[in-house]
Amino acid sequence: MAAPGPSKLKRTVWYVILFIPFFVAIWVPLFNRIEPSFYGIPFFYWFQFALILVAAAVTGAAYKAKI
Amino acid sequence: MNWSALTVFCILFGLVTVLGFVAARWRQADLNHLNEWGLGGRRFGTIVTWFLLGGDLYTAYTFIAVPALVFGAGAIGFFAVPYTLMLYPFVYVVYPRLWSVAHKHGYVTASDFVRGRYGSPLLALLVAITGILATMPYIALQLVGIQVVIAAMGFTGGGLMGDLPLIVAFAILAAYTYTSGLRAPALISVVKDLLIYITVIAAITVIPAQLGGYGHIFASIPADKLLLATPTDHNTGAYSAYATLALGSVLALFLYPHCITALLSSSSRGVIKRNMALLPAYSLALALLAFLGYVAVVAHVHDDPAYADYFKQYGNNFAVPALMLKYFPAWFVGVAFAAVAIGALVPAAIMSIAAANLFTRNIYKEYLKPAATPADEARVAKLLSLVVKVGALAFILFVPTEFAIYLQLLGGAWIIQTLPTVVIGLYTRWLHRWALAVGWAAGMGLSTWMVVSQNFKSTFPLHLGEWSLPGYAAFYSVIVNFVIAVLLTLAFRAIKLAEAADQTSPADYEHDVP
Repeated sequence: MAAPGPSKLKRTVWYVILFIPFFVAIWVPLFNRIEPSFYGIPFFYWFQFALILVAAAVTGAAYKAKI
Repeated sequence: MNWSALTVFCILFGLVTVLGFVAARWRQADLNHLNEWGLGGRRFGTIVTWFLLGGDLYTAYTFIAVPALVFGAGAIGFFAVPYTLMLYPFVYVVYPRLWSVAHKHGYVTASDFVRGRYGSPLLALLVAITGILATMPYIALQLVGIQVVIAAMGFTGGGLMGDLPLIVAFAILAAYTYTSGLRAPALISVVKDLLIYITVIAAITVIPAQLGGYGHIFASIPADKLLLATPTDHNTGAYSAYATLALGSVLALFLYPHCITALLSSSSRGVIKRNMALLPAYSLALALLAFLGYVAVVAHVHDDPAYADYFKQYGNNFAVPALMLKYFPAWFVGVAFAAVAIGALVPAAIMSIAAANLFTRNIYKEYLKPAATPADEARVAKLLSLVVKVGALAFILFVPTEFAIYLQLLGGAWIIQTLPTVVIGLYTRWLHRWALAVGWAAGMGLSTWMVVSQNFKSTFPLHLGEWSLPGYAAFYSVIVNFVIAVLLTLAFRAIKLAEAADQTSPADYEHDVP
């Protein structure tokens, strides 16, 4: 039984949003730097750590939006 | 011999052994049916699936090898973090489709799906063989994790006596996997994850505090290790390596049979989707563990004469166990090491079940005994799960550890070659089955050559014009595989090569339980 899913446009928009953390994560020059550091932790490390939370939040939001 | 650690270790190990056998009675059903033994009846809800997938993806080896890589090589080892954060949106979008079509048609493996989608037993066989080949060394590597912690507790004797604890641990694992099937790792993974989280939280709070805090630790790491080397003229260097390692790993992971087994055992699409938002909790733990690689550098465990022999034998993989031995009280070392050992048993069990499912469905039933009943399938799969484990054990006991690591590395480059067939197949069957088979063969050959030519490094220095682009061999080879599959499909369509029937319909990929 196929659920009556969200509209195609809504899906497409959400797919784009879902893949934003994806592109940020492979754009290495963006975060391969020490400053701004966070309590002595270089940007490279805390930024990617924070990106885990962002990706999880986006995925959770997509679930809430029934994508 | 570290007696207090060993005592705690044995108590925890005994506990999960009991759980492993009790699991047979959990959500009782007829375990002489492959759907029950090999997929837990497809009834696991959000929480069980969270533990099961967590136990499956974040293996003991991951928890030892990722910090070991950071310890030895620095920033590049952190690629596991972008890898695991990209994984979940990708799986969220793509893999519910596999669950749906498998649920609708009773597929137990990815090869079952390929068989139904392309009407090609040959293509299904290729996918099955790739899965089994890639899984075997992965199981062997889990054993390495157990071996390291057993040795660290004082079992350093050579010969049979030295190997005895590993053989006993594996015999127990084999027995309860045989009896309980996928229910055993599902239940044990709850204990495993609790132990892992306790250990990780203790390790990342207690140890850095004794070394002056994270700020001091990062300040003590040499600058060339702390960041990726910036690209030079015409060479993208560590940047392309980092990005392609992460991206290639994302594309490859859920093609592994053990991941598909855990995925298909869940009870609905919603369970998978919810888990993709909840599983990143493990990624946070993994990122924090990666920091331990630097903690180990600052703690100078490598120069400590007490651990010199271990480092000689296990290399950088001893960095984390050494940290624990040095900074934890003996009884807690027992907890931490039990977490690692049990953390190896869970994926080893799922991997052997997954390999057994593949053999049973796509080789035994397809070629050896087409009339096999579900009871025959369950019987063969149970026996096969034993054979697979004995094979992995023999491999670790008789072949140098490096070979298991090399083969596991090749396994990653091989399994990704099933991507065009499986993942593209979830959306369209435009690609021709013969084109996919040829693309697969080319990808297997090319990836093997790339890895071997670099003396078993995962990155290959691709030269394009005057540019050098070091990157993950698996990633480069699957692109070639895909391009060949597309070009040959166009050619085969032009000469009107025969098509086969498709068992599935578009609605099957959106199918869900009410």
